[in-house]
Amino acid sequence: MFETMSLETLQQYWWIIISLLGALLVFLMFVQGGQTLLYAIGKTETERKLIVNSLGRKWEFTFTTLVTFGGAFFASFPLFYSTSFGGAYWVWMAILFAFIIQAVSYEFRSKPNNFLGQRTYEIFLLTNGILGTILIGTAVGTFFTGSAFSVDKMNLLNLTGSSNAISAWEGPAHGLEAVLNFTNVALGLAVFFLSRVLGSLYLINTIEHDEILKRSRRQLLLNSVPFLVFFLYFLGAVLLKDGFAVNPATAEVTLEPYKYMNNFLSMPLMLVLFLAGVVLVLAGIGLSWLKDSRKGIWYAGSGTILTVWMLLLNVGFNNTAYYPAFDCSLETGSAASQAFMQSSLTIQNSSSSHYTLTAMSYVSLMVPFVLAYIWYAWKSMNNKRISEQELNEEHHTY
Amino acid sequence: MIEFNASLIEWSRAQFALTAMFHWLFVPLTLGITFIIAIMETIYVRTGNPEWKRITRFWMTVFGINFAIGVATGIILEFEFGTNWSNYSWFVGDIFGAPLAVEGIMAFFMESTFIAIMFFGWNKVSKSFHLTSTWLTAIGANLSALWILVANAWMQNPTGMNFNPDTARNEMADFWAVLFSPTAINKFLHTITSSYMLAAIVVIGISSWFLLKNRDILFAKRSIVIASAFGLLFAVITITTGDSSAREMAKVQPVKFAAMENHYHGRSFAPLVAFGAMTPDADTAKKQNFIFKIEIPNMLSYMAFASPNAFVPGIYDFTYGNSEQGILSFTERMEKGRLAINSLATYKTAKKSGEDSLAQASLAIFRENYKHFGYGYANAPEDFIPPVKLTFYSFRIMVFLGGFFLLLFIYFFWISIKNKVEGKKWLYLTAIFSIPLAYITSQAGWIVAEVGRQPWVIQDLMPTMAAVSKIETSSVQVTFWLFAITFTALLIAELKIMLTQIRKGPQNEGGH
Repeated sequence: MFETMSLETLQQYWWIIISLLGALLVFLMFVQGGQTLLYAIGKTETERKLIVNSLGRKWEFTFTTLVTFGGAFFASFPLFYSTSFGGAYWVWMAILFAFIIQAVSYEFRSKPNNFLGQRTYEIFLLTNGILGTILIGTAVGTFFTGSAFSVDKMNLLNLTGSSNAISAWEGPAHGLEAVLNFTNVALGLAVFFLSRVLGSLYLINTIEHDEILKRSRRQLLLNSVPFLVFFLYFLGAVLLKDGFAVNPATAEVTLEPYKYMNNFLSMPLMLVLFLAGVVLVLAGIGLSWLKDSRKGIWYAGSGTILTVWMLLLNVGFNNTAYYPAFDCSLETGSAASQAFMQSSLTIQNSSSSHYTLTAMSYVSLMVPFVLAYIWYAWKSMNNKRISEQELNEEHHTY
Repeated sequence: MIEFNASLIEWSRAQFALTAMFHWLFVPLTLGITFIIAIMETIYVRTGNPEWKRITRFWMTVFGINFAIGVATGIILEFEFGTNWSNYSWFVGDIFGAPLAVEGIMAFFMESTFIAIMFFGWNKVSKSFHLTSTWLTAIGANLSALWILVANAWMQNPTGMNFNPDTARNEMADFWAVLFSPTAINKFLHTITSSYMLAAIVVIGISSWFLLKNRDILFAKRSIVIASAFGLLFAVITITTGDSSAREMAKVQPVKFAAMENHYHGRSFAPLVAFGAMTPDADTAKKQNFIFKIEIPNMLSYMAFASPNAFVPGIYDFTYGNSEQGILSFTERMEKGRLAINSLATYKTAKKSGEDSLAQASLAIFRENYKHFGYGYANAPEDFIPPVKLTFYSFRIMVFLGGFFLLLFIYFFWISIKNKVEGKKWLYLTAIFSIPLAYITSQAGWIVAEVGRQPWVIQDLMPTMAAVSKIETSSVQVTFWLFAITFTALLIAELKIMLTQIRKGPQNEGGH
């Protein structure tokens, strides 16, 4: 069935999947957001134990989604893997480091004789929550603003130089320079505050404890405001800025005014789903705050998935370079800047072969099945809210 | 001549080795103990005997502590292909990425979904759903091993792909050839079954500690009977697949095979050095470099090609060539490799400028020499000789300790079924000291596999020097030390927590 599809269709299919995985990851970072609220909401040891145990039963989904996102990106768009990971070395290493210290913290935190002490593992969780969200958001910001790198596959065949690397990053910061662009940072902070909003909603949904409920509601409101400010700033900046357009005939990359706005306008379904996503996020926040609903996570969660998914589709579809090469030290519009942009990655020039995308597409048919058993397992584990009583009776707790 | 940044290559290799070896400290136990736990829980569900539930839960606690740090050390490996070996990621990403993606979709989600039920679902789901989840956790863990080992096997024996000159990369042509290559099958079976052996040793060793302390006797005896049967069964498969791995290696990675045997001069009726000590300068002397050795006549010929008179080529046959045996020297292969690289460059420029006939002629030369492609990057033939001493000793450590574990399993199984486990202090001590030995054996196996294939990232096609990312050495040094310190701290924490939990024993299982 996939064999007969054109390479272009398969590339688009895989961009849809990668974007969905990215969107799921942002939703699942409610775990990270929840971790940053550990001390803000958990004032006593028991309260913190409830929070950690509630989040601790879900952290692996976030982690696994991140790993799968990486693997799937590698399989479908290997040039991105090669260029971005090897180039923006420090950003990715910092993100990975934030996740390394998370993985053990749940299991080790409350165990006796744990070497570093409970407080250290809690600080690890905090660090993961703050760094993980902000840096991933900032890194994704560069999908819209560009990074200074070049790609030349002929380097592989160069037997005289000092390096055969086909991808080269300009400047010594290796990706950390992304924080100098406020649009990137705004997305990073938007993701950070969104994860706290989702974290609050998750705790409201899963824990049976009056004080935690009260404080989670308060945190929901406190974080919704900065989230909206940074998100709207980012959205405004992106929709109004020049975007990286690809000429489908010549593959030439040029700057096009209002490119991302035009993408939404020329793909109305995407725009509708994007707006629906935003409305759902607001509804999740509003219902929880005004109507005392405890199901806000489902509205805000599905809204987050829709919004992020459509944003990522926007930057990959409609002849757009999803990972632009842009050197802000060169004069915009100059020949040098124009030449520099030609290294930009598009879903066409960075993808795997027709054969691999086809084989992988068959594998992707497992995704609904995977989602189904995750859903089933989630339901059977969360049919009752977690409470102090349950923790006292439980054999295995964090 | 290429002026490689040697220190960048060495530090990048060191970082990969560090993270991979740390990761491998935790993976084998996970692969095996999940099945041992699943067997124990099955007995509990079938008999309804709460003692078996207690046993199951104790080993589950041990598993949980080990699993968390395995996950922590694992995430970095996947991304390091991109961060530190960016050229590699492009050159073979079309093939190599797929197993990593399948691993995530098929295995990691299964493992992470059902592990939550396994640990937290005792009071939430039915007995049979819980048992299913335990089995699925074990299967998920082993499936993830399958896919990453398929990927590793492909690097050792690249198959099922074609080089596309227009995209300058290898592209997958046959998914099934990648999945079912003999190297992949051997590697998968040998790795998982040897991991089951390690897990069995850990269970027997810890149980022996209880016997030594004269406490939880029934728990210890029951754990030992399961683990020794499990270990014995899989030791047989480990040995069989080890043997076929060696034969496969002699065919597809003959230089690694020769290095593993410290075999410099090719010959028929080649003896196997069962044990020997090498001179301190053995890696550079390249001549008779044993201080002493114990040989088994004809055995190497037999091990490699199942025939006592088969010619087993030595390292010198590859370095200097052996026309009688039709073996090209490294120098000749380097020339052919350069020809492949240069003709591909000519093809690409000719195609761009529309010189079709030149492009086609260059492409033909390229295709003819592609199998030597990776040799073109090196500056000296010696670059293709892997570290001999390390590979030689690691192989022997692996084989001898593996054999020792087999005997241990047989003995423990025998006294278990005869119910004569109690009162054997020296045996308990031996079993306890076997735990670190099992880890050494497992690491030694990977040293043979990975150090023995140097300098190849992809056998014959891409050496490390052509695969490395363009970053500053200092960046890699900083991340190396960052990982070294973090992982060491986490390892200390893990060991302290683990020992504390073991001391508590199954009696106090709930107290955490």
